[in-house]
Amino acid sequence: MSDTDYNFAYLDEQTKRMIRRAILKGVAVPGYQVPFASREMPMPYGWGTGGVQVSAACLTPEDTFKVIDQGADDTTNAVSIRKFFEKTAGVAVTEKTAEATIIQTRHRIPETPLTEDQILVYQVPIPEPLRFLEPRETETRKMHALEEYGLMHVKLYEDISRHGEIATAYAYPVKVEGRYVMDPSPIPKFDNPKLESAALQLFGAGREQRIYAVPPFTKVVSLDFEDHPFDPSKAPHPCALCGAEDTYLDEVITDDAGGRMFVCSDTDFCARRRGEAA
Amino acid sequence: MTPLLDVKSLTMTYGGRIGCTDVSFTLYPGEVLGIVGESGSGKSTLLNCLAGHLPPDRGEVIFDTRAGGPRDVLAMSEPERRMLGRTDWAFVHQNPRDGLRMRVSAGGNVGERLMAVGARHYGEIRGAALDWLDRVEIHESRIDDRPAAFSGGMQQRLQIARNLVTGPRLVFMDEPTGGLDVSVQARLLDLIRGLVRRMGLSAIVVTHDLAVVRLLADRLMVMKDGRVIETGLTDQVLDDPQAPYTQLLVSSVLQV
Ligand SMILES: [Zn+2]
Repeated sequence: MSDTDYNFAYLDEQTKRMIRRAILKGVAVPGYQVPFASREMPMPYGWGTGGVQVSAACLTPEDTFKVIDQGADDTTNAVSIRKFFEKTAGVAVTEKTAEATIIQTRHRIPETPLTEDQILVYQVPIPEPLRFLEPRETETRKMHALEEYGLMHVKLYEDISRHGEIATAYAYPVKVEGRYVMDPSPIPKFDNPKLESAALQLFGAGREQRIYAVPPFTKVVSLDFEDHPFDPSKAPHPCALCGAEDTYLDEVITDDAGGRMFVCSDTDFCARRRGEAA
Repeated sequence: MTPLLDVKSLTMTYGGRIGCTDVSFTLYPGEVLGIVGESGSGKSTLLNCLAGHLPPDRGEVIFDTRAGGPRDVLAMSEPERRMLGRTDWAFVHQNPRDGLRMRVSAGGNVGERLMAVGARHYGEIRGAALDWLDRVEIHESRIDDRPAAFSGGMQQRLQIARNLVTGPRLVFMDEPTGGLDVSVQARLLDLIRGLVRRMGLSAIVVTHDLAVVRLLADRLMVMKDGRVIETGLTDQVLDDPQAPYTQLLVSSVLQV
């Protein structure tokens, strides 16, 4: 049972309704940043308060909840958020992607393809993709409203002129359903093709008070140039543990002598493959 | 011939104080109009009203649009006006910092307007940027440098390249040589005159510097206290000013 000091999933019902309205608006206008009144959460900004509020508004007692941080279920951040909802909502939790109905994530999309029965909730630090080149919020809002996105390509141009290629490796900008340019949160660009998904994808930015969404089967295109097409490149190694050749890899130090290896960043995916192979 | 710009009774007040009042004029394709006056004469207010940066109280600014023929810019929707601002119109600010992105390379600054209207080929965008840097006498080796590393004169030339790259049909210039050393001014002025002649640009140049309009402008409008007090061919107005104020203005520059 959940702790009786809290309403189910911590937030009061009125706040959850307010957040759900923002989510519904986000689903209706894919990629559009919907303002919402972010609440104080019992964790600091940068710890996923936006994602936590979105998860709280989506959770039902029947849900099975999974949290990943950089693909792993066992990091401090992931563990504390999972415990938070175990305590305040009493929901079942899992590390298995396929068993989860709601997955909150920081910086990754699971390797296992998601289904129509799942919701992926992203923690977003900076929701505005135009921010770095145009700091004025009034101006960036106008640019979204009028679909003036030339500046986004200026950023990519700068990348190529400086590095010879589009060096943006994380938070790679996308255009959603041919309309809004969106920051997919700091996932590696390797994950960008997975943004076209059967699952509902919700993005919550706590400090910046924005929610946005990519509904199931929405067209999501990574921005690029004709002569420098988008490339979701990956490290040229298979996973040292499971042998997968098509997953996003983390480099890990294995011993004091500086030995290192590349392994799947998605710990559940890697473990499941090893279980299957065994 | 249809005027490129037909301005009728343009009036703008700031809370009872007059910015500019009842200004009317026409500008024909290929013409450069100089607007001179002291600070406070209303010339900058007028320019900003024309360019859509300030909303005038009354009047019409009829522009001969490429697609739809003569249309009142003031009656356009904001998206239409902004589209005009990055395609057929250009605005050269006195301070290049107002017209450049200081954190973006010279090439990115020049390429932005191209990308804003849909250019998506990096090699072509870079080629156009190189061409334009050359035209404004900035060495190609500086293409990846940020404008912060440029001298004031170079920044101003970069701002001009950034504005002209999409081949605008009307260029607004606000004291384009202001704030620069005299020798730098002369070189910039020569460059602008060369571009104006070669490209057949139509332009409206606001300045307090009569040397600028003598070199650039075909026609002149003299403003005082928000009103146009004298208009005519540039040489005519400067050599044989009619209004007492213009006589004063001309004689004071001759004494310098
Ligand atoms: Zn693996």
